[in-house]
Amino acid sequence: MTEANLDGQQASAAEESIPMTGAQMVWEAFVREGVNTVFGHPGGAILPTYDALASYEAAGKIHHVLVRHEQCAAHMADGYARATGRVGVCICTSGPAATNLVTGLATALMDSVPVVAVTGQVPTNLLGTDAFQESDVVGVTQPVTKHNYLVTDVSELPMILKEAFYIAREGRPGPVLIDICKDVQNATGEFRYDMAIDLPGFEPWPTVDMSKIQQAADLINRAERPLILAGHGIKLAGVSRELLEMVERAEIPVVTTLLGAGDIPESHPLSLGMGGMHGEAYANRAVQGCDVLIAMGMRFDDRITGSLDRFAKQAKIIHFELDKAEVGKNVVPDLPVIGNLGETLPALLSLIEERKHPDWLTELNVWREDSGQTDIINYEVDELIPPYVIRQLWHSTKDTERGPAIIVTDVGQHQMWESQYFVHEFSGQLLTSGGLGTMGYALPAAIGAQMAYPDRLVWAVVGDGGFQMTLQELAVLKQERDLPVKIAIINNGFLGMVRQWQQLFYEKRYVGTPIVAPDFVKLADAYGIPALAVRKPEDVSGAFKQALETPGPFLIDFRVKEELNVYPMVASGAAVDQMIRRPKPTVVQGFSGVEPSW
Amino acid sequence: MKHTLIAWMRDKPGVLNRVSGMLRRRNFNIDSLQVSHSETPGISRMTFVVDGNERMVDQVISQMRKVVDVTRVEDISSKPSVVRELALIRVQTNAETRSDIVQMVNIYRGEIVDVALESMVVQIVGSEDRVDSLIELLNNFGIIEMVRTGRVAVVRGMTERKHRRSTAVWRARANGYENMDEERLTTGGV
Repeated sequence: MTEANLDGQQASAAEESIPMTGAQMVWEAFVREGVNTVFGHPGGAILPTYDALASYEAAGKIHHVLVRHEQCAAHMADGYARATGRVGVCICTSGPAATNLVTGLATALMDSVPVVAVTGQVPTNLLGTDAFQESDVVGVTQPVTKHNYLVTDVSELPMILKEAFYIAREGRPGPVLIDICKDVQNATGEFRYDMAIDLPGFEPWPTVDMSKIQQAADLINRAERPLILAGHGIKLAGVSRELLEMVERAEIPVVTTLLGAGDIPESHPLSLGMGGMHGEAYANRAVQGCDVLIAMGMRFDDRITGSLDRFAKQAKIIHFELDKAEVGKNVVPDLPVIGNLGETLPALLSLIEERKHPDWLTELNVWREDSGQTDIINYEVDELIPPYVIRQLWHSTKDTERGPAIIVTDVGQHQMWESQYFVHEFSGQLLTSGGLGTMGYALPAAIGAQMAYPDRLVWAVVGDGGFQMTLQELAVLKQERDLPVKIAIINNGFLGMVRQWQQLFYEKRYVGTPIVAPDFVKLADAYGIPALAVRKPEDVSGAFKQALETPGPFLIDFRVKEELNVYPMVASGAAVDQMIRRPKPTVVQGFSGVEPSW
Repeated sequence: MKHTLIAWMRDKPGVLNRVSGMLRRRNFNIDSLQVSHSETPGISRMTFVVDGNERMVDQVISQMRKVVDVTRVEDISSKPSVVRELALIRVQTNAETRSDIVQMVNIYRGEIVDVALESMVVQIVGSEDRVDSLIELLNNFGIIEMVRTGRVAVVRGMTERKHRRSTAVWRARANGYENMDEERLTTGGV
């Protein structure tokens, strides 16, 4: 299958095949793919592969990070991949280990993150016999991977490894799992890595229809009230600079999705921040008031659209998207432009005319002012509330010597407050589980990002509920020679977002939401990590300063006001501009004017 | 509306599971599904019937194309095609009803493929309508057991039309019409 595709010239330059075991092939392929860090947990069925790792570790080619739970191996690989744009790799054994991976793989699939997972499997002669630690991993992970493989023959292994990286990386990225039988890891086969990939059914990069781009440019150039809705695709294609150029040339305001945070700097006057369920009111009004909506690299998730029947009905919708299956899935666009944004956006840019939209921008600014009246950021506060903590986090990290911080958030209220009150300056500054909404994501993903960039400042912002799901990974910080991940726990004693829904839609019956936490400072101490609890607003900036000045990891337990809701909010089923607006804060001492005091 | 889709896929272990799993998880409504070998070794061919509007069928096709082992998907509903289904039906019989059944099966151009004292097996190949209506008739005698393949289909060949066109042109030329206009050529000289 492989040689047949090589023409004569390539064949003559073909790499000599080297005999090696299946276990060695795994690491050899990783090295060829440029992998230098893997996250994993050993076990019976993957032992031969771990044994083969020894020489690669000794040679300094591959560093293995031992996780405390396999779910976190997948999250770490995910965080590593999101931070670098390269494929993240995790490895673990069969049965329970492989089923533990599922949540992490599903998270990566929903958010288009390239991950390759290798799992051990029982020997081929025991397949299907309910052997010890056997589970149908290919069956279990099929719905949560882009593709997966069961390897029962060592001669297929090199090609499968190569295909796995190719599939994970190319087109819309996603996780790929390889399940390798134990006897295959032990068997000897011929290894080479220069064979041509033959996947007739895999079309990662669709051909761009240039006439569609011309039509899109015509629509945009004629628009009076244009708006861009930018998503994760801008980051994946690496086109934020092109986007910014287009935005400035044609004066088009930008609303982003959660994963699109920082697609253009949020300090830019044309940035309206995040839209959707907890987006700013003016951003959602802009969506419902524009005449041409340019959606780029996003998939019209229900959190961004609200009620589909009433979503941007007044607007002509142009949808720039790589994955054809996302076009028309939720929102039927008037003009679909299918293709890699790396191709379509520069092509579009060359056709975009310089324009000004003063009336539209004035209108948006009036809406913005209206939102500012109730925004808590314009008030002095004497209680410790999460928005204030997040704002101070931003102040403390924006001008450090180590460059702007990478923020990794968990899921829940703190995640929404972070997206509202942190000013994201570049695409990829915020790593978060947007699609699947996986609690417990922040700490392991932050470890992954920090492993990729040991010198960057990485902050995990996490709730007290989500943190308790994966806090065992604190041990990894210690084992990885004091990995300098900084952790901010927004601790309100509740599963806050669920409590908010119970308050608003279930008449304040707080069932299952009050949550007891350990003393996080003592816990951190047990792991040998310096920590601090903060109860008053005046201590916040000092705590952040101390965290920055302390080398290695640091944990801050912010004991914030217990019952506080995230606003604005679009109730599910409502149109996106029917928001529950921010109530006038009750904790105020006085309106301090238009300039935010914090 | 019912759409007939044909998908070609690499004959790898679990490929049927991949496709059917995707259809189930995306909540697509599949009326029938049939898999077999295709003319190419290593490639299987799946014929399936989806009940839904254009947008949904478009989604099915796009999602299907994303399955790595699926090499090609086509909606043949709007193309002239030959659509068939095969059914094997075991019917209760006795001396009185046997000849009636044979007569009906003959009218439907079915075949009796097995006869026993108290039952016989009827084979019918045809469009689903035809299979349905024979089954309805045989129900009056009591159906003991039945199996249907589900819809299989191939697109009708274009050779016939080309042939007709060229004959028409040839005939026109032979009759002295040298300058036939383009429109008449494309309509086969009609």
